[in-house]
Amino acid sequence: MTSIFGVPTQALFGQLLVGLINGSFYAMLSLGLSVIFGLLNIINFAHGALYMMGAFVAYFCLQWAGLGYWWALLIAPIVVGAVGIVLERTMLKRLYHLDHLYGLLLTFGVALVIQGAFRNQFGSSGFPYASPAQLTGGYNLGFMFLPTYRAWVVVFSLGTCLVTWYVIERTKLGSYLRAATENPALVQAFGINVPRMITLTYGFGVGLAALAGVLAAPIYQVNPLMGADLIIVVFAVVVIGGMGSIMGSIVTGFTLGVVEGLTKVFYPEASNTVIFVIMAIVLLVKPTGLFGREK
Amino acid sequence: MAATKEYAAAPPAAAVPAIPRHQVMAFAVMIAFFAAAPFFVYPLFMMKALCFALFACAFNLLLGYVGLLSFGHAAFLGSAGYVSAHAAKVWGAPPEAAILVGTAAAAGLGAVVGYLSIRSKGIYFANITLAFAQMIYFFCVQTPFTHGEDGIQAVPRGMMFGLLDLRGTLTIYYVVLAVFLVGFLLVYRAIHSPFGQVLKAIRENEPRAVSLGYTADHYKLIAFVISATLAGLAGGTKSLVFQLASLTDVHWTMSGEVVLMTLLGGMGTVFGPVVGALIMVTLEHYLAQLGSWVTIIQGAIFVVCVLTFRRGVVGELARLLKKPL
Amino acid sequence: MNRTLLITLAAALALAANPAQAQISDGVIKIGVLNDQAGPYADLAGPGSVVAARMAVEDFGAAKKGMKVEIISADHQNKADVGSSIARQWYDAEKVDLIVDVPNSAIALAINQIAREKGKAFIVATAATSDLTGKACSPNTIHWTYDTWSLANGTGQAIVKTGGDTWFFLTADYAFGHALERDVEAVVVKNGGKVLGKVRHPFPTADFSSFLLQAQASKAKIIGLANAGTDTTNAIKQGAEFGIVRSGQQFAGLLVFLTDIHALGLQAAQGLVLTESFYWDLNDQTRAWSTRFAERHRGSKPTMVQAGVYSAVLHYLKAVEALKSDDGPKVIAKMKEMPTDDPAFGKGVVRADGRKIHPMYLFEVKKPSESKGAWDYYKLRATIPANEAFRPVDQGDCPLVKK
Repeated sequence: MTSIFGVPTQALFGQLLVGLINGSFYAMLSLGLSVIFGLLNIINFAHGALYMMGAFVAYFCLQWAGLGYWWALLIAPIVVGAVGIVLERTMLKRLYHLDHLYGLLLTFGVALVIQGAFRNQFGSSGFPYASPAQLTGGYNLGFMFLPTYRAWVVVFSLGTCLVTWYVIERTKLGSYLRAATENPALVQAFGINVPRMITLTYGFGVGLAALAGVLAAPIYQVNPLMGADLIIVVFAVVVIGGMGSIMGSIVTGFTLGVVEGLTKVFYPEASNTVIFVIMAIVLLVKPTGLFGREK
Repeated sequence: MAATKEYAAAPPAAAVPAIPRHQVMAFAVMIAFFAAAPFFVYPLFMMKALCFALFACAFNLLLGYVGLLSFGHAAFLGSAGYVSAHAAKVWGAPPEAAILVGTAAAAGLGAVVGYLSIRSKGIYFANITLAFAQMIYFFCVQTPFTHGEDGIQAVPRGMMFGLLDLRGTLTIYYVVLAVFLVGFLLVYRAIHSPFGQVLKAIRENEPRAVSLGYTADHYKLIAFVISATLAGLAGGTKSLVFQLASLTDVHWTMSGEVVLMTLLGGMGTVFGPVVGALIMVTLEHYLAQLGSWVTIIQGAIFVVCVLTFRRGVVGELARLLKKPL
Repeated sequence: MNRTLLITLAAALALAANPAQAQISDGVIKIGVLNDQAGPYADLAGPGSVVAARMAVEDFGAAKKGMKVEIISADHQNKADVGSSIARQWYDAEKVDLIVDVPNSAIALAINQIAREKGKAFIVATAATSDLTGKACSPNTIHWTYDTWSLANGTGQAIVKTGGDTWFFLTADYAFGHALERDVEAVVVKNGGKVLGKVRHPFPTADFSSFLLQAQASKAKIIGLANAGTDTTNAIKQGAEFGIVRSGQQFAGLLVFLTDIHALGLQAAQGLVLTESFYWDLNDQTRAWSTRFAERHRGSKPTMVQAGVYSAVLHYLKAVEALKSDDGPKVIAKMKEMPTDDPAFGKGVVRADGRKIHPMYLFEVKKPSESKGAWDYYKLRATIPANEAFRPVDQGDCPLVKK
């Protein structure tokens, strides 16, 4: 068995793969955050709580309606997206004329309420959620045993991210959205319903978070605090990638997952911190992030 | 923060004004309240309120008067707590030295973090301070002297100045009150001084202040370091009061709490953070039985405050009285 | 005799005969059950412990004896500062005389200190660290139910002796995990085994994938889980996902409770070897008591720590009754004097270092085919007699024990 820098390659590739899987979640969540910030200038601190809600919807679908994983992939984003739309219409709308930081504080408050309510109702140790029958088992890759479900996570999130990127950057709808952020008055003058577009975009971003939640349910188990510490890491990813840059978030999300995995092999104690160190360095050198544009 | 119209009116900027009489009265009320409190309320609870009031005042200097939202202020509270606890327990330092060492550590940390962050503005500033705070948090989790999840326990309170036995509840209470007053007056002095005037100018219109010859970054950095130092003072004192330094005090949710205290009490007001801290500590204490309801209520207060109550308790009071508080 | 003298004598006699109230602080014996009510340890102790405490008060017959006993409870959320604040508040302001239960060794150690300062009583029924009767032993504290040393001695030794001689530890990164890892490692090494590696995981952890990969890479025969509650069950479940057992390694659940097996299911948990000091199906007495418990606690059978809370509170009340006082260290001393006897643990004794002694049992989890229904999970493999089950009293560095 060969070694790279004194670490057996088996361990290295295994951790890289695990890092890639974690990176999938970072990418999907930071994608949603980026879409929301890039197009709405809102920092959605509630993203983690909404991700958690997505996982819970999947759990309830199974418990109450007997609807399995594949149904949940469809239902959760719609349900949680609807919640997001209500949030935007009733509360976020009123803050657009104020400093962005108020939006951050409001969504922080919303996150606390949602997480507190779920913790109150369901305790904090969570519920198990089994991966769907079609995705159990795994492949023996030689250097590690890769559960099928985790491979699915990488493939699905990569697909979702690329589709989202394509829609926003390459389609007409996407161009309307981008134009509306740059100059809402002008775009409104062209007859496009800008407020509705903003609402739907927020709903979409939130839906992405819920989708990530369903993906996460079989791996991280469904518990009320699953989004709380994740959101901080995702913030770091978004800032590094460049707030508002879709491709930036996707690339950074996967890359940072891999970097974290590598750190776990060589210097495990630092694995939690490495993303923040990178963020601090990036912010000092290029304050708008790697792919970001000056606003 | 750009929404300056939301703040209670500042004193006229013509000259550094004499201390207004109503503020002296408010100060007297505050002292009387805290001096009498331990005879009516469980003293440990009031000491917690005092430490958090100091923390919130320190934070308010940065948020209310400079307009910088630091989302990582818990790093200063908590690391000072750890350093003071370690000094008192492992080095056997007397309490005044332990607190001072912790405060100095926070000051040093504040200087480093401040220097690296101060060039960023707005959201980016909040994010970068959050990133640094997370780094400090994970450092605290890993490094052996903090004992990770266990925290530093059984921190001795010792004899202050060799005279005051801090194990006596009333003794330590009045010491904590004194520490709070020192910090409070320091913040007050910083605000109501030429230095404070420049800070306000920078907050209102930074380019204009720069064009007048003020190096905005230096002023902001100094304010940041003062804020971090006083947060450290609160943290060091707190670890001696509770005889414990734990990860809770460096966790980012603690940073969120101090934002809430300041917002609720009234950003940019002198007494706001004290009121905000008192309300939050009381809430947490009396609702502790109800477990997660505390988080829900905190979140709800955030939402309500941001939507409709941006001036906070003291801010609204000041508006009613048409006098700055 | 002079009438005044007679009356005075009668009055004096009446006062002297007044049961216990004269020296019980505030006339009430207040017991606080402090544990984790919503987190990773909620099922193994949690609200069930409060039920057990109340059963003890009733079985003791407090009402008939004219003793007022009050039970309160709180959630320490597994945070050291929350736990110690509640303990301080209880002892100082709410006149609690005894704090019992407390899962989470870090919090138990903190309260151990506080109880000593305040001169109150503390009985740990759930936390595991053997330091409570070792370096941290105190005249105010008794450690009930089990500890990391007895687990190491039971499970650790049994596994090494049957060929599991290379180990890799997955440890919860706080006082309990460290203590368990330390005690099991000592046993493994003493019996000729080797520890190939260890990794500390944050407490609690949801995703064990990277830690499991490291365990696999070590090629150790046994992966020792120095953690508890949902950490243990998550590690075992995810281990199955990553094919750990399939590729020949085995999990050793160093601290496993009945509720963990219930959560895992026999399919996943079968064959797991574990050590406990109580099981509902051991004998007629435990069966009868457990049925009564289950009736009051959603049909769930008691775990060893819930039984421990029952046993501890019962013995405490007996000591208070005998002493006619609830002064902390005095009651603890009395509890060490009096032998214990209750339907859960049978007869036992509390040692000078505060260690409660009773037999420990080595169990193996049944195969699904062997089980007759819910909660029928264990088969008894061995009984370790009380005098061998716990660390010898002179080996713990406890200052209370005279050498």
